[in-house]
Amino acid sequence: MTTATTEKKRRGGVLREEFRNPERRTAYYMVLPALLIILIVAFFPILQSINLSLRQATIIQAGPFVGLENYKEMLENPDFLEGLTNTLIFTVASVALEFFIGLGIALAINRAFRGRGLVRAAVLVPWAFPTVISAVMWRLMFQDQVGIINYVANSTGLVSEPILSDRTLLLIGVILVDVWKTTPFMALLLLAGLQTIPGDVYEAARVDGANVWQRFFRITLPLLKPTILVALLFRTLDAYRVFDLFWALSNRELESLSTFVYEGVRISQLQFAQGNAASVFIFVTAFLIAIFFIKVLGMQTSTEE
Amino acid sequence: MSSLLFYVFLFFFVLVSMFPLIWIFKMSIITKGELFQSPPTILPANPTGAEYTQILSDPAFQKALLNSAIISGVTTVVCLFFGSIAAYAIARLRFRFKSSVMTLILAISFFPAVAIIAPLFVQYSAFGIIDTYWAAIVSDVVFALPLTVWLLVAFFRELPKDLEEAAKVDGATTIQAFRKVIVPLAAPGVFTTAILTFIFAWNEFLFATTFLFTPATQPVTVVIPNFASQYTVDYGAQAAAAVVVTVPLVILVLIFQRRIVSGLTAGAVKG
Repeated sequence: MTTATTEKKRRGGVLREEFRNPERRTAYYMVLPALLIILIVAFFPILQSINLSLRQATIIQAGPFVGLENYKEMLENPDFLEGLTNTLIFTVASVALEFFIGLGIALAINRAFRGRGLVRAAVLVPWAFPTVISAVMWRLMFQDQVGIINYVANSTGLVSEPILSDRTLLLIGVILVDVWKTTPFMALLLLAGLQTIPGDVYEAARVDGANVWQRFFRITLPLLKPTILVALLFRTLDAYRVFDLFWALSNRELESLSTFVYEGVRISQLQFAQGNAASVFIFVTAFLIAIFFIKVLGMQTSTEE
Repeated sequence: MSSLLFYVFLFFFVLVSMFPLIWIFKMSIITKGELFQSPPTILPANPTGAEYTQILSDPAFQKALLNSAIISGVTTVVCLFFGSIAAYAIARLRFRFKSSVMTLILAISFFPAVAIIAPLFVQYSAFGIIDTYWAAIVSDVVFALPLTVWLLVAFFRELPKDLEEAAKVDGATTIQAFRKVIVPLAAPGVFTTAILTFIFAWNEFLFATTFLFTPATQPVTVVIPNFASQYTVDYGAQAAAAVVVTVPLVILVLIFQRRIVSGLTAGAVKG
């Protein structure tokens, strides 16, 4: 749509020209409200977060400038380090499991069969649950007096203690609940991608004597790559900012990066400044993850038709 | 044979997906005595609706449901209003910075919301809207906008162009063509978008738990987990509450599943 202009015009000049055209002027007025809301409520606060993270800030006042002191304290804070470790383990494990299981399911159900509607329903049900309510449900099932999973796991000797009292088991539990909730959705996205691959490509490959594996690695994967990258980036950033699941499933015991920020804002206000430093840390690292997907893995970002 | 295996696989897939809801439903309709039995019963021995009667007549739970409905409802209306205007311009009009605008809006869906709760808390306090519905609504609107705009752009693009062009030839302005021609035609798409935006706001937890701290404003997502942290943990009531909150969503999703799936996957596949 926006073809590169041969001569470089000053930005103001371009804008003035754009506004002279009535259709374009209307277009700008139409997108302006949405843009303003986003700029004011999401992007402006990030600047403020950066500012607060460099000060001895409390929730009431910004306080004096202290440079990178808060970041230093944050990096020495065992709670932050625990949150960082848990978040990284959670992100890598849950996204990897969701991707491989989701791809398997997508490949299996990529055909016409009876009962498609039921499968689609089964996919959407966990997805539509409020995350925090699924955490509550699973907590009830992990619980040591009334929980079915805790009962089965303990009576079969799989674990030897109540699931909810052990942090490692809790972290495994959180990963499994996320896999339960999100894998179907991953499968749905990948399935939609698979269905855009025309059947005659496979036909031609088969005629040329390609076996199942060759067809998978030479045709399916390369053609599915754009969908895979979008799904992976989306899931990775989603997992990286995990809050609801940790908070509700472990009843505030398991630390993640997001729970660390939340505690600084709402629970321990002595850590308000460190919470802001952690906010900036999350924002910058999430941004780097997105850049990695776009630049290194070659994800396409075009939103045009 | 292979098709039998396939259906066995499907059966397990559906079972695993549905199991928690089924099991929690079972937990919600049995007596307290049965709930604590070990080993647990598989089928409810004496089904009872006592837990439902209890929580549904509890004024605190009623208030929380109402709060959820208000916050999600207002969020949906505000989002659709601003979202449909912006989406129309992006789908139909020609302007220079279109892809920058779209990128900026979509960037929000990758934006870690937790990174701004501290400054927003300070701002909302300064404006006096902390612990009011508006604190949750304003934040929800911003983070639901990318979804709303994205879906609406996809729906608007599918509509035939000749109708609005005919309207413009007849002397309608862009805004009139949008309001009188596009909005009614796009109604099914707008409706799907409304459902998805509503679900998004209904499920939101982080903003609600940060900015709302009295029972007068807290939605169900904040209230239900706290059932567990009070000293008397009522597992049966918690299970019943979880069912009450999710069943409307499940019904909504089952009725509109075709549309929801096509809406959700449209964007990702096109890239």
